[in-house]
Parts: sequence; C-alpha cells; structure tokens
Amino acid sequence: MSRYLGLAFTYRGGAGSWAYVLHRLSGIGVWLFIVLHVLDIWLVGANAEAYDEILAFYASPAGRVMETLLGAALLYHALNGMRILLIDLWPSLTRWHRQLWWLSWILFFGLGVPGALIILKPIWQGLIPAVAGLVIPGVR
Amino acid sequence: MAYNPITRARAKPSGGRGETLVWYLTRLSAVALFVLALSHFSITHFVFDPSEQTAEWIRENRWSSLVWRSFDWLMLMMVLLHSALGMRTVLSDIVTRPRARMLVLSGLYILTIILFVLGSAVVFTLPGMEVAAAR
Ligand code: HEM
Repeated sequence: MSRYLGLAFTYRGGAGSWAYVLHRLSGIGVWLFIVLHVLDIWLVGANAEAYDEILAFYASPAGRVMETLLGAALLYHALNGMRILLIDLWPSLTRWHRQLWWLSWILFFGLGVPGALIILKPIWQGLIPAVAGLVIPGVR
Repeated sequence: MAYNPITRARAKPSGGRGETLVWYLTRLSAVALFVLALSHFSITHFVFDPSEQTAEWIRENRWSSLVWRSFDWLMLMMVLLHSALGMRTVLSDIVTRPRARMLVLSGLYILTIILFVLGSAVVFTLPGMEVAAAR
C-alpha cells in the first residue's frame, strides 16, 4: 500500500508531477467505465429491456453527476494527452510547456463548465423556480 | 523506465522493437480517440440527451447508418487498444513479481478480447440496417 501511495505521489521519481498522476488516474477511471459501457451496449442486442434500465440510471440525477465526472476525466485526459503528444513530436515546444499547461486548463474549464451545465440541466432547472419562490414572495 | 522530464509520459523507448511499437500505437490511438471519443461524448450528451437513446432508438436511428456503425466499431478498436496498452503500463508498475505480473496481464488481455468480441458482435449483428435500406 505504501509502495502504491509512493508511486502515486512521486510518480517516476519526479517531485510530485500532478499532471501525470491525474493523467494516470483519469485513464484508469475512464477505462473502468469503458468496461461497463461495452457490456451495456452489448445488452442492446442481447437484452434490450436490461439496457433500457441501465439507460434510465444514466439519465437519472445520480447518473448525470457520474457522467459529468466521467466527462471531466475524459476531457482532462484528452487535453493533457495532447500536451504529451505535442511535446513528444516537437521537443522544441518544451520552451512553451508552461503556456501549453495553462492553455489545457483554459480549455478544460471553458469547454467543461458549459458541458457540465448541459448534462446537469434537469437537476438545476427545477431549482430556479424553487429558489425564486423562496426569495421573491408570490413567485413559484 | 525513462520518461519525459516535462510531461512525465513514457519517453520513446530506445532499442526493444516491441516497446517502441507499444509507444507508437498508444500515441496513434490517442490521436484517433481525441476525435472519436470527444465527438462521441458530445453527440450522446450535448446533441442528444441520455434519456432519449433507448435500445429502440439505437436500432432505428444511430445504427441504421453504416457510417455510424463503422464509426462506433473503429472507436471500439481504438479505445480497447489504447486502454489495454495504458493499463499494461499501469499494472506493470504496480505488480512487479514476474509470475504475478504475468497472471495480471493475461487477465487484462483476456478481458480486452472478450470486450472486443462482445462489442463487435453487437455492432455487426444488431438488426436495424434494413430500416436504412427501406428509406
Ligand atoms: C481522448 C483522447 C486521448 C488522448 C489524447 C490520450 C492520450 C494518452 C497518451 C499520450 C498516453 C501515454 C502516456 C505515456 O506514454 O506515458 C495515454 C495513456 C493512457 N491512456 Fe489515454 N488518451 C486518450 C483517451 C483515453 C481513453 C478513452 C482511455 C480509457 C479508456 C485512456 C486510457 C489511458 C490509460 C489507462 C493510459 C496509461 C496511463 C499511464 O501510463 O499512467 N485514454 N493516453
């Protein structure tokens, strides 16, 4: 266990390379979902009712929170993966690695926040009239 | 294992054909997934909503098109290749005893093959193409 924690925090001897720790964790997380997801799509042919039940979970509030986290992991992994690839292909980009790092976070939040709002809409949509009703008397 | 000092990703292996091939295949599939996986996630969550994509909807809409069946099968192959190679690196870092490592990696490869067979089976055999043919 301590060996594994050490692996996570000083991964490959570096002084805490959080970017790569997150890359690894997001890669493992998305992989776990892919294992589930290939099986649920297989059910579309093998047992359509069972698939529709799983789909109902994906569309539920809890499912939407899970998909938001999945999307965040995928987006982070994709953007950091692109940063890795660009620096692998053109080592001269190493000069700009700080800018690439900030760019990947700008894209992460710039694309991720609107995306999260769309996925979570059924959850927050109902909250607006509820909150308005509390604040403004007479509004429901 | 050598790594890039900036990104901490694996450095391109020197010598050892197999490992160099793994390094290239991980990156090739990564480029494909950047397009395939991100557009797939956007289509299933932003263009459509999870609540509408029932088994019937998949049969009659998405998979009534040969283009989308091909897209999904290509994505299946790319994601299984990329993540199996990635998990191979992760698991090899964690499990260091040779016998245990061999067992764990064999399990990973068997699981990957099972997923490939089940995923391919449904992409190829799900009825629905005749819907497109009838249009
Ligand atoms: C969307 C576009 C993607 C890009 C651009 C990308 C990029 C990369 C790159 C460049 C690496 C190699 C890192 C290295 O050699 O050290 C990597 C590793 C990995 N990727 Fe991806 N990837 C993508 C999608 C995915 C998906 C969908 C999954 C899961 C199903 C995944 C799972 C993994 C895993 C498990 C690793 C190993 C991590 C490690 O060695 O610590 N990737 N990815």
